[in-house]
Amino acid sequence: MNANGSALTVVDLHKSFGKLEVLRGIDLEVDEHEVVCLIGASGSGKSTLLRCMNLLEPIDRGRIAIEGQDVTVPGVDVNRIRQRVGIVFQAFNLFPHMTVLRNITLGPTEALGTSKTEARRLSLELLERFGLADKSDDYPDRLSGGQQQRVAIVRALAMKPDIMLLDEVTSALDPELVAEVLNVIRELAAGGMTMVIATHEMGFARDIANRVCFLDEGVILEEGTPGQIFSAPREERTQRFLQSIIEAGRM
Amino acid sequence: MGMGGGGSPELYQYQAGDPRLPDGQRKSRLLGPLRAEGARGVAIAVVSTVVVLALLVWAVTSSPNWPEVKQAFFDPEEFKRVFPDIARAFLRNIKYFLIAEVFILAWALVLAVLRSLQGPVFFPLRALSIVYTDLFRGIPTVLVVYLLGFGIPSLGLPGVPSGAAFWGVVGLILSYSAYVAEVYRAGIESVHPSQAAAARSLGLSRAKTLRFVIIPQAVRRVIPPLLNDFIGLQKDTALVAFVVAIPEAFKQGQIYQAADFNFTPLLAVALMFLLITVPLTRFTDWLLERQRRRRQAGVAA
Repeated sequence: MNANGSALTVVDLHKSFGKLEVLRGIDLEVDEHEVVCLIGASGSGKSTLLRCMNLLEPIDRGRIAIEGQDVTVPGVDVNRIRQRVGIVFQAFNLFPHMTVLRNITLGPTEALGTSKTEARRLSLELLERFGLADKSDDYPDRLSGGQQQRVAIVRALAMKPDIMLLDEVTSALDPELVAEVLNVIRELAAGGMTMVIATHEMGFARDIANRVCFLDEGVILEEGTPGQIFSAPREERTQRFLQSIIEAGRM
Repeated sequence: MGMGGGGSPELYQYQAGDPRLPDGQRKSRLLGPLRAEGARGVAIAVVSTVVVLALLVWAVTSSPNWPEVKQAFFDPEEFKRVFPDIARAFLRNIKYFLIAEVFILAWALVLAVLRSLQGPVFFPLRALSIVYTDLFRGIPTVLVVYLLGFGIPSLGLPGVPSGAAFWGVVGLILSYSAYVAEVYRAGIESVHPSQAAAARSLGLSRAKTLRFVIIPQAVRRVIPPLLNDFIGLQKDTALVAFVVAIPEAFKQGQIYQAADFNFTPLLAVALMFLLITVPLTRFTDWLLERQRRRRQAGVAA
């Protein structure tokens, strides 16, 4: 792809909503095939960072590059960029008036110009791979939360993205449905997918991440391997955050 | 205590006829409670209805002026004589309605989409759409029909249709589009922004997001209010009577009323409208009820 192997580069990213500065200078570099987990309290800016990376939020200052191409300069075709960067949302955001299959083929047919037959073939193949083959003709509201979120992941994958952004994809799920979604993400990681994952599932982050970033008040306060961050955090705020997670029994 | 006692235990918390009861328990606001009360309830309802109706009929027909009223409004001979002509004329109302409705649905959607465009570039289009809806919602429909139906043919412009009915229907289209555009807009705004975000995140353009994701959901949600506007439009086709030479139903009724000194023809016209509007109203109610049930089922799940 490109020489230095960097899939995604974020430089000095700032973003405010009104007077509230949510991101206050984020620097992040994600290599190809790397899995980066973003952890941190609610409101620390994880979701906003992901939405900025997918250009769903305009940024105030800084730079984002996808595979070396600066995507924050004026005049870039945002639709083309988004086709290469898949995002999965906390609340699934499936299209309720479309069948599962149509949810998945919509992007390939309407944004990529893939033929209907080819999009259908690809989608059914993906559904099969993630154990959802029998759901292709159902509407999303007939599915469990876990199934819906897996469909949302398949929908993003059908665009054959270079990078996947996952925004707390298990936070809206009942506990017993979390595992099936995490397993899908594990499979993606095993397949070499480059991913940036905002999550509250610390055990999962420890398993899957090549690198963990702790976000605090709009900056990456500390980053390192899962071993460093979870076993020997240097920053006091990181320690306190992890302590509160342990006390809540979520690790 | 009705059927609630015999059913499954989770029904206890609901009154009979409660709309939250599972599908099949309650279909109609009018008859639902009866069904829930069982055979005895039905019998009571039938008897009391018959008694009330009999009393009403007796009170009206035994009043001293009934013969004159009957003569002027409910003359069966007159009714039989004028009905075929009025029914034929009413076909024109249906034609006006159908033609107008197609253009209203399309034009109003254009107006609503223009108004939903974001960004400074589109300001003029947005403003135009707002001014349009303000204007046409603010002017009585009868005035628009009158202005266009008499005004434009009187100009005698070359190459422009000069039929009064044509322009009368154009007046209906212009006026009703403003109302229907607002209905569409409410629908578009009711679709959660996360739907647009999901579509855009797949790389779909704004236009395709609107076309495939926002508008289909918006239209589904506003079908009942749209039907309400249909009903209004169906009635307002009578406004074309003010400008046309070839009579539609209302005008035809007026002609007979003036010639025969009898109001029965106008009642025949009213009957024609009711034949269309009452079933449409019931259908709209049914759709609304079904939508509400589905929403509640969705929340429960």
